[in-house]
Amino acid sequence: MSAEATKAQERPVTVELAKEFGLSAEEYRNALDILGRTPTFTELGIISVMWSEHCSYKSSKVWLKTLPTTGPQVICGPGENAGVVDIGDGDAVIFKMESHNHPSYIEPFQGAATGVGGILRDVFTMGARPIANMNALRFGSPDHSKTRHLVSGVVAGIAHYGNCVGVPTVGGETNFHPAFNGNILVNAMTVGVAKTDKIFYSAAAGIGNPVVYVGSKTGRDGIHGATMASAEFTEDSEEKRPTVQVGDPFTEKLLIEACLELMETDAIVAIQDMGAAGLTSSSVEMAGKGGLGIELTLDTLPMREEAMTPYEIMLSESQERMLIILKPGREEVAKAIFDKWELDFAVIGHLTDTGNLVIKMYGETWCDMPIAPVSNAAPEYNRPWEPTPKSSDVDDGVLAGYSADLGDTLTKLFGCPDLASKRWIWEQYDSLVGGDTRFMSGQADAAVVRVPGQTKAVAITTDCTPRYCLADPVEGGKQAVAEAWRNLSAVGALPLAITDNMNFGNPEKPRIMGQFVGAVQGIGEACKALDFPVVSGNVSLYNETNGEAILPTPAIGGVGIMPDAMIAVGIAFKNEGDVILAVGETKGHIGQSIFLREILGREEGAPPPVDLAVERRNGDFVRSLIREGLVVSSHDVADGGLIVTIAEMALAGGVGAYLTAFDGASPRVLFGEDQGRYVLAVRPDVAASVQEKAKAAGVPVTVLGETRGTALSGRGGDIVSLKRLRDANENWLPTYMAAEL
Amino acid sequence: MKAAIVVFPGSNRERDAVAALEAVSGTKPHLVWHRDTELPKVDLIVVPGGFSYGDYLRSGAMAAHSPIMREVKARADQGVRVLGICNGFQIITEAGLLPGALMRNGGLKFICRVQHLRVENTDSPFTAKYAKGQVVRYPIAHGDGNYWTDAETVKRLDGEGQVAFRYLADETRADPRGNPNGSITDIAGIFNAKRTVLGLMPHPEDAVEALHGNTDGKPMFEGLVEALS
Repeated sequence: MSAEATKAQERPVTVELAKEFGLSAEEYRNALDILGRTPTFTELGIISVMWSEHCSYKSSKVWLKTLPTTGPQVICGPGENAGVVDIGDGDAVIFKMESHNHPSYIEPFQGAATGVGGILRDVFTMGARPIANMNALRFGSPDHSKTRHLVSGVVAGIAHYGNCVGVPTVGGETNFHPAFNGNILVNAMTVGVAKTDKIFYSAAAGIGNPVVYVGSKTGRDGIHGATMASAEFTEDSEEKRPTVQVGDPFTEKLLIEACLELMETDAIVAIQDMGAAGLTSSSVEMAGKGGLGIELTLDTLPMREEAMTPYEIMLSESQERMLIILKPGREEVAKAIFDKWELDFAVIGHLTDTGNLVIKMYGETWCDMPIAPVSNAAPEYNRPWEPTPKSSDVDDGVLAGYSADLGDTLTKLFGCPDLASKRWIWEQYDSLVGGDTRFMSGQADAAVVRVPGQTKAVAITTDCTPRYCLADPVEGGKQAVAEAWRNLSAVGALPLAITDNMNFGNPEKPRIMGQFVGAVQGIGEACKALDFPVVSGNVSLYNETNGEAILPTPAIGGVGIMPDAMIAVGIAFKNEGDVILAVGETKGHIGQSIFLREILGREEGAPPPVDLAVERRNGDFVRSLIREGLVVSSHDVADGGLIVTIAEMALAGGVGAYLTAFDGASPRVLFGEDQGRYVLAVRPDVAASVQEKAKAAGVPVTVLGETRGTALSGRGGDIVSLKRLRDANENWLPTYMAAEL
Repeated sequence: MKAAIVVFPGSNRERDAVAALEAVSGTKPHLVWHRDTELPKVDLIVVPGGFSYGDYLRSGAMAAHSPIMREVKARADQGVRVLGICNGFQIITEAGLLPGALMRNGGLKFICRVQHLRVENTDSPFTAKYAKGQVVRYPIAHGDGNYWTDAETVKRLDGEGQVAFRYLADETRADPRGNPNGSITDIAGIFNAKRTVLGLMPHPEDAVEALHGNTDGKPMFEGLVEALS
């Protein structure tokens, strides 16, 4: 390859080419103004990815700024690779959730695998050893022809990557809805732990300091991946398969160990992974944050393919690569570590005082443009938006036709795709490697993972109810945060902070933008009221195919802390004769419930409202009971309402329940999804004192019955056997996945 | 008891093995890097779980040819106890310390769950602390645990007491649904002829403390400490 051959591959830079690269005519004119000339081909590529929705957050930034991001526990909020929160004793927890939606639809195995790889890098880049992975998955209708293939590929991809790197995948959530037929959601979360005095940031410093490239070699994969993720899909979206990257978890595992080993030395000034927009975003962001320039000479950069051009190298999204600014003279120390782990290591440039990004190769300069003006000029839109019209709860007329047997209804609900057991999925994930997993989600409302070498533990959950968000984005956003907070409280953890993964349709449509704005408002309100700030996040827009948008899905990843992993409480009933208590008030809100959708076939009404003061009061009460050792089993009331919650606890423990509170109860009481509620099982000798404590705390607590036998039963005899529920619950997904493709 | 744990690029359960050995023996095991050619003087060598070299070839096939494995084989020949867990079982089998081969799981999927096992032979330091026929629960986490060998070898393994563990469906039943990977005659772990080498797919090191949900794996390490101290 030569300069001449490179130039022969380049195309003339025009407004048409800019449009092909995803820039609007106005954005292109802006680029001309900043440079005072026509950009080179390489520069246009760089500008277009920097200004893509995916990298610039141009539609969302103005709203994200309104979220609460601070608190005494926050060490580092949004803006770095991941959020950092203090967990005491000189330890910090570092976490983030990120989407890999578009690539996972096009190529489910590699799309999901590289999603896991990317989020792991965001966390260990900051100095943390990853201790847990989680994921939130949304697929289309089970009847849709692609769903089975997508479930199979995504789950295998997550398993392939997570299992090999040796980070336990401790759960998450999986839902199905026809609105995701053309755009699935794959949101992956990683949680790591670090020492508070050993946290690494991305701002470059020190003119002349070497810029070092480590990890895998660069190939031609993923070029313009960020641009692809910033547009809607059409019928020909499968042609975008070449923009999907290929992951290598083995290299990632080596990269984790090598980077953590290097971090033990004092050689690093700044470090960042090469994620979306690869070398472009890492070099520009690092230099930009430090207010410096950066000069790269790409000839020595490790390449997987021959005859690569500077444009291709700068835009490649090849995986498992990091960019490091070293202190002067530490190249040999660093190189020895990467040699030991058999990873590529190359000094590819240095920091300058010019403020410019300079790219040299084949003896010529292909890019020389100022970083700050281009970064600062990244577009920021206050897009027009329409609020979603408010609705009210459905009236009793809707319920009048319902007269089915309760046992039959429960059996049907336990076998519906959203409530069916996801064992087929989570058994493919190594949830135990590390030996610190106390609970994976499913066994408890939040996963509980011990901090390695200590007794304290981190609790982790991911939550969102997209059907609530569609009906009312503000209440839905609030509910997603409240449910994460509730799930952490339900295991006995003190909720600390969240990461938000905002998945929406095309923001250029005021209706969709309104969903986004509403969700941010709801999230912000809940975060403030619950002292549960946002410390990291990711926005994925344009989740639309042929104009059909997904359900608005602001997925919330919540993290909490407890002093001892062994105080955590799971959902399973454990003994005969424990008293079953409901915490929180049951009002009977049935709109947008699973019951309404699955049994009556209606997706209607307002979602259950969230009273944040009540939420906090009830959660603080449950957590204090658990910390006092008074609770045997604990489960928040969510999808399916009170009776489904009790049945889940019974199934998990293989112990039934004799229920005395539901004689003649209406579906509103049994299946309503009122918020801020928990079901607890306590030993009979402490039941009275728990009720007294509740009274003192002003928390409504009612006795529902006691744990007993192998069925759900009441005064009228058995309602349904656990065996029948278990069969319905366990059979749906394996049967579905085993069917002919 | 002094122990060494061999670490390959891609090993990922070495920390679990360190924790289990240290908790039971009170001594921190040596970690030995795959490129090392010498082992310290130890009573037990553990080859841990993971994905050595990514397992992009047949599982364990690359690691079996690494420099350190020559030394592991030499020590095994001298009677030093060797414990290969999961990927470690695959590696020592590929290296010829044990007969047979480990193939892709019958269901073609990675599987992680708590598994019932029956202890088939207690005449070894690995299993001395169990009762013959005792049912224990260890976690499993593997994609290539489908143990296979020819019928004649299976007969010999049974006859010579070389089968260490078999999969069970629950406390009592040998039921095909209890076999997670399709291994021949439900074999989960085997000894060499002298019963100084044990390879098994399940993870005793992840069942040694209350946090793990059960401590059925602890007697294995206690037995080793007792025999080798």
